[in-house]
This record gives sequence, C-alpha cells and structure tokens, in this order.
Amino acid sequence: MSAHPSSSLKLYFGIWITLLACTGLTVWAASLDLGPFNVAVALTIATFKAILVALFFMHLKGASEKLTKLVVVASLFFLLILLVLSMSDYATRTWS
Amino acid sequence: MPDSQLTAAHNPALLHHFAEPRQQRDAASLGMWVFLGTEIMFFGGLFCTYLVYRRAYFGDWGAASKTLDVTLGATNTAVLICSSLTVVLAVWAAQTCRRKLLIGNLLATLVLGTAFLGIKGIEYKEKFEKHHVPGASFQFNNVTIPGHPDQYANPSHAEIFFALYFVMTGLHALHMIVGIGIFIWLTVMAWKGRFTPEYNTPVEMGGLYWHFVDIIWIYLFPLLYLIDRHP
Repeated sequence: MSAHPSSSLKLYFGIWITLLACTGLTVWAASLDLGPFNVAVALTIATFKAILVALFFMHLKGASEKLTKLVVVASLFFLLILLVLSMSDYATRTWS
Repeated sequence: MPDSQLTAAHNPALLHHFAEPRQQRDAASLGMWVFLGTEIMFFGGLFCTYLVYRRAYFGDWGAASKTLDVTLGATNTAVLICSSLTVVLAVWAAQTCRRKLLIGNLLATLVLGTAFLGIKGIEYKEKFEKHHVPGASFQFNNVTIPGHPDQYANPSHAEIFFALYFVMTGLHALHMIVGIGIFIWLTVMAWKGRFTPEYNTPVEMGGLYWHFVDIIWIYLFPLLYLIDRHP
C-alpha cells in the first residue's frame, strides 16, 4: 500500500497545506462582490477540496478495486438525480 | 488436530469465511463505501432542502447567514482539515508499524474533534443569547437584506434558515460525536497493539468515516457561513 513511505508523507502534508490555503481563499473570495458568481466560486473551491480529500486522504486514487469506484460514482449520480430533478422542478414553476 | 494447524497457519485477525487478508480488507472497504453512499443521500436531502429555500428566500437567507461568525466557522474548518491530516498519518503509521506515532495521531484526532465540538458549542450558545434559535422566542426584527438597505428581512423566512442551520450542523456534530467514539475505541485497540501492517482495517475504515464527515463540513461552511458576505 505504502511503497514509498516518505513520499506519501510529503503528499499528505502537501494536500493539508493546499486544503488550508483553499479555506483562506474561499473566505477571502466571499468578501468580494461577484454577484451571482459568489456561490459558484464558493462551491467550486469546496468541490476541489472535497476531491482532494477523497482522492488522497481516502485513498480513492490508489484504490485497486473497481467496485469501490463504482459505488462512489453511483452515489454521486443518485445525489445528482436528487438535486437536479428537484431543482429543475422548482426553477420552472410559473405559479407560486 | 487440523484446527490448530489451521490457526497456526492463518493470520489471527483473518476471519474464517475469508480466503486471505486482502479479500477481508477489500470486503470491509466496499461495505464502508456503500455505507458512505447512504450517508451522501442522507445529507443530500438536507442539501436539497437548502437549495430549494435558498432560491425562494434569497435575500432573507443572506441576512440570516450574515449573523453567523465566519471566524469561528473558518477556525472549525481548519481544525477539521488538521484532524483529517492526523487521521491519514494514523493510517500510515498503522500500515508501517509505528505504534507510538499511531497512538499519538489518534489522540491528536480526538483532541481536534473535541475542539471542533467545543467551538460549535460556543456558536450554539451565541444563537440562544441572540434569540436565533427557531421557536417561540425567535427574534429577527429590523435586520436589513444585504444589498437592499431599505428592506427588512422576513423573520419567518430567516427562521427557516436557522432551523436548517441547526439540523445540518447538529446532524454533522452527531456524526463527529460518533466519530470520536470510534476513535476512542481505535486508540484502545492501538494501545493493546492489535494493529499490524497486515491487519489495520479498523484504522483505515474509521479514517474513511472521519474524512467523509470532514467533506460534509467542507460544503456546510461556504453554504451556511459565506453566502452574501460581501458588503
């Protein structure tokens, strides 16, 4: 699993610093007036952070079992069905 | 006796219905990821609720979000990111047979997790003092909507924001408490020397759970604290 122990340590600390920097970045970006893009920027940074945690801290990148990756993709797919279909309903309602 | 020969040949941590340690570990990993998939849907319903009401009560929710303390929220995000680092270091220590480093990182994770809950408690206390807890004593009068200094936020719309704030952060905090319980158990097991490079699946699976709870917070922080922050 850890073929090169010291190199994986370097990676973990690098990811950690990146995650902390992204937290600072998202707080700073929230203080700017970007109009509707404020939400988009905040969610993009959050998704980037989440991907880093999943790939490197949860070792999804090195996961040898295809079944694990299938479970993750399927979970996200069903989450998208939940969010996209619900919102496409609410966003297109012309009555109130 | 063939039984004693079998146990002598096998890794003591290998359960009899698995052929080899690798298969046992992969089965545990798959089960954990399926569980995390159900957790995604569990929290997904709340995130969907958030989206629907955020869209409907955009300005009122911006006003309510502005009353949250960004410094405390950002500190808690940093605390959780640091705890994710100690967790991944604990998994690494277990896999490379470093018992002291493993116990140290598990204890550091417990300290950071408890610190997160403490800071959350300070925030909850502030909500009670400001009457921002949904219910009979809820007050949100004369708060202007961000970008519209002449408009006041609708208190009942803001109340829904705080209701969702308490449900989402409360459910997250509940997961943190469960995680702390898991990590106390892992620390005891590590103290007894149960984990070896061949058998460290509980540390790895506990770590997956902890990182998942971290990811939930990574989304909760911008959605609850950072909407409509700009002046």
